[in-house]
Amino acid sequence: MSKLVLTEEETMLADMARGYLDGAAPVSAFRKMRDAGQTHDTKMWKDMADMGWAGVLVPEDAGGSDMGFAAANVIAQEMGKTLAVSPFLSTAVIAATALRQVSDDRAKAALAKIASGDVTYALATDEGIKHDPDATQMEARADGNGFRLTGTKTFVVDGAMADRLLVLARTAEGLTLFDIPADRAGVTRVQSNMIDARDAARIAFEDVEATGEDVLGQVDHAMDVLRPALRAGQAALAAEMTGLAAGAFGMTVDYLKERKQFGTEIGRFQALQHRAAHLWSEAEVTASAILHAGRKLDEDPDNAGLAVSLAKARATATATLAVQEGVQMHGGIGMTDDYDMGFFMKRARVAAEWLGDYSYHAEKIAELRGF
Amino acid sequence: MSAVQSTEEFRAELRGWLEANCPEEMRDGGLGEDATCWGGRNWKFTSEAQKQWLERCAAKGYTVPTWPVEYGGAGLTRDQEKIFVEEMDRIDARKPLESFGIWMLGPALLHFGSHEQKLEYLPPIARGEVRWCQGYSEPNAGSDLANVQTRGEDKGDHWLVNGQKIWTSYADKADQIFALVRTDREAPKHKGISFLLIDMEDAGVETRPIKMISGISPFCETFFTDVKVPKHRIVGEENRGWDVAKYLLTHEREMISGGGAGLSGGGRALGAVLAETMENGMGATLRADAMRCEIDALAIGLTLERYKDQAEAGQGAGDASAMLKYMGTELNKRRHELMMTAGGSDALEWDGPLGNRAGNWLRTKANSIEGGTSEVMLSIISRRVLGLPA
Ligand SMILES: Cc1cc2nc3c(=O)[nH]c(=O)nc-3n(C[C@H](O)[C@H](O)[C@H](O)COP(=O)(O)OP(=O)(O)OC[C@H]3O[C@@H](n4cnc5c(N)ncnc54)[C@H](O)[C@@H]3O)c2cc1C
Repeated sequence: MSKLVLTEEETMLADMARGYLDGAAPVSAFRKMRDAGQTHDTKMWKDMADMGWAGVLVPEDAGGSDMGFAAANVIAQEMGKTLAVSPFLSTAVIAATALRQVSDDRAKAALAKIASGDVTYALATDEGIKHDPDATQMEARADGNGFRLTGTKTFVVDGAMADRLLVLARTAEGLTLFDIPADRAGVTRVQSNMIDARDAARIAFEDVEATGEDVLGQVDHAMDVLRPALRAGQAALAAEMTGLAAGAFGMTVDYLKERKQFGTEIGRFQALQHRAAHLWSEAEVTASAILHAGRKLDEDPDNAGLAVSLAKARATATATLAVQEGVQMHGGIGMTDDYDMGFFMKRARVAAEWLGDYSYHAEKIAELRGF
Repeated sequence: MSAVQSTEEFRAELRGWLEANCPEEMRDGGLGEDATCWGGRNWKFTSEAQKQWLERCAAKGYTVPTWPVEYGGAGLTRDQEKIFVEEMDRIDARKPLESFGIWMLGPALLHFGSHEQKLEYLPPIARGEVRWCQGYSEPNAGSDLANVQTRGEDKGDHWLVNGQKIWTSYADKADQIFALVRTDREAPKHKGISFLLIDMEDAGVETRPIKMISGISPFCETFFTDVKVPKHRIVGEENRGWDVAKYLLTHEREMISGGGAGLSGGGRALGAVLAETMENGMGATLRADAMRCEIDALAIGLTLERYKDQAEAGQGAGDASAMLKYMGTELNKRRHELMMTAGGSDALEWDGPLGNRAGNWLRTKANSIEGGTSEVMLSIISRRVLGLPA
């Protein structure tokens, strides 16, 4: 497998992404969006598409840049550092990966629209309070040549703004994935008021019509298409969380160097030094798991499950620690809405749940390691 | 072994060689203190197979696979080394030889030694003929290592060494000691230390064992009374021994941290523990702890890998060895706590039904002390990596 060091292209991509995001999407921009009650920024997504990010996993013959999963992780990680908001994970990573499992003209056309930034997607799998695609209850009842979808999906990230939905439902012999427009008759979307101030929705489906054309992949075999997509999403989300942890940690270390108490910088106190050093160590170790997950997805996707779950579990634990220690070491100011640390804490909590929490992935690892 | 040989050719050849040369008895993973072959003039082989295995490996350079051929190694590239480790693991082969010479002195000599010193000292280490011990710590120089007071007086053609070392592991079994000796008492403490090589049979060297909580007594106090050390037995420059000492420590730290990580070995041991746990009707909490350990072990193993890749790509990992040492050893302690819990009362006897599990558990408590404590590692990270004020 390729080495666990960023290639020259990946380093350039990271530098470019950081340059763009520092200018266009600093944490202050996120604060403005939050204050204005906005959960997405259409102009920024257009910019990202122009830079090739929307098409990062779209094959070149469909107009994408096809840079691969490790590259997608690099972009997600940079986005995490400044809490940049975009439909990158839902659309460019998850939906694109699902669509590229299918080799027909319809999927190719959809991929082209993703790459150009003309279409956004949301993944509607969860129904309960925890991520668990296998437990899907939503019914897709056979009806003539097509299906009728009835049920409710929760925690559909980017669900209020997305143009299209990937919906997981139960058919006669298994699970089936549908790709339908979000405004189809019978679909009702209610945006949730999320702690991270981002878009997520509850979506009710009432006898929604889906044709055979709307099925992505094979009927009853959703997982063939969905599993790679989930893994790609989990890895990129883990990368985002690692960036988030780095962002929070950077603020914390800066604060340790400037805040004075007892006549000296608080960073001189060993009690804080050692906690900061521990946090850095955890982040270093997690960074390896992220890089490894990207390499596995690019080079040995069928066996990437362990690498991806490892990345998501470690990233969840590390980001959680980074924001908790971040608030604590900032003292009272860390608890204020005026200070940015709280944004990192709230985003980390939402990202920890999305696409499987620590124990969900620990269970996957235990299974794969024969526990 | 040529670097141009393809990795797959190398693997095939190595596999054949291992099949033909690794004795059956040496294919047991080599767990436990007794399975290790340390070499040296006092070494008694535990079996004919152990002797054969060492000799065959030494002849191929496989005791120190990455050292240059002229110094007793096999000159393997990093990709070949990876294959070497994989193939050894595949048949559960024991390491033919372990020693402080391989882990610590060898790398320091390769970096700081003269060509003559390398030729004189490295091949005997590789062949397991000379066993080294480490004379760093003193009663008042532990974490504050640069405070060593053992003194070397310049007598023209030799230094006259007087003083005491402590915690010198296996000093009573070693042939030679590499020691930090103060050769300039006026200079600031880091600047007046020299790195000397001393023969344990020299007149005036004496050792006394100290017993550990784990029941074994690898530790010694080592005393030097008017020991004459010839001038050519210095590594690096006079009074610049601290540079050598630090370089050696990074290797020691990497070696110690390796005990806790790795993608294969640790996982197997934990899996077995879990099976036991389930049989004993214990449950969810232990299993969850084991999963946490497993996740951390995998990620630390990958980090080791990443740092090696970085070093190869010319991106120095800096003070990363402090991080690996800290993370690796703390994990290893957690793992052994878990193994004790899983073992229940069976784990509480010396050499009970689970062998020396308790002894191994107690031994791991030293991991976060030896080679620099966890607290010292965290201080290194906070000052040198994070740039926090000292
Ligand atoms: C199994 C084992 C094998 C060893 N083998 C060898 C060997 O072969 N050769 C050799 O030379 N030495 C050896 N050592 C010695 C080892 O290197 C020292 O024990 C170690 O460096 C710690 O020093 P100390 O024991 O004097 O503890 P101290 O330095 O006295 O430390 C006591 C406690 O204080 C803490 N502390 C000290 N200074 C600071 C600080 N600045 N900030 C925060 N906390 C601090 C430490 O972390 C520790 O918790 C071995 C030790 C062990 C346990």
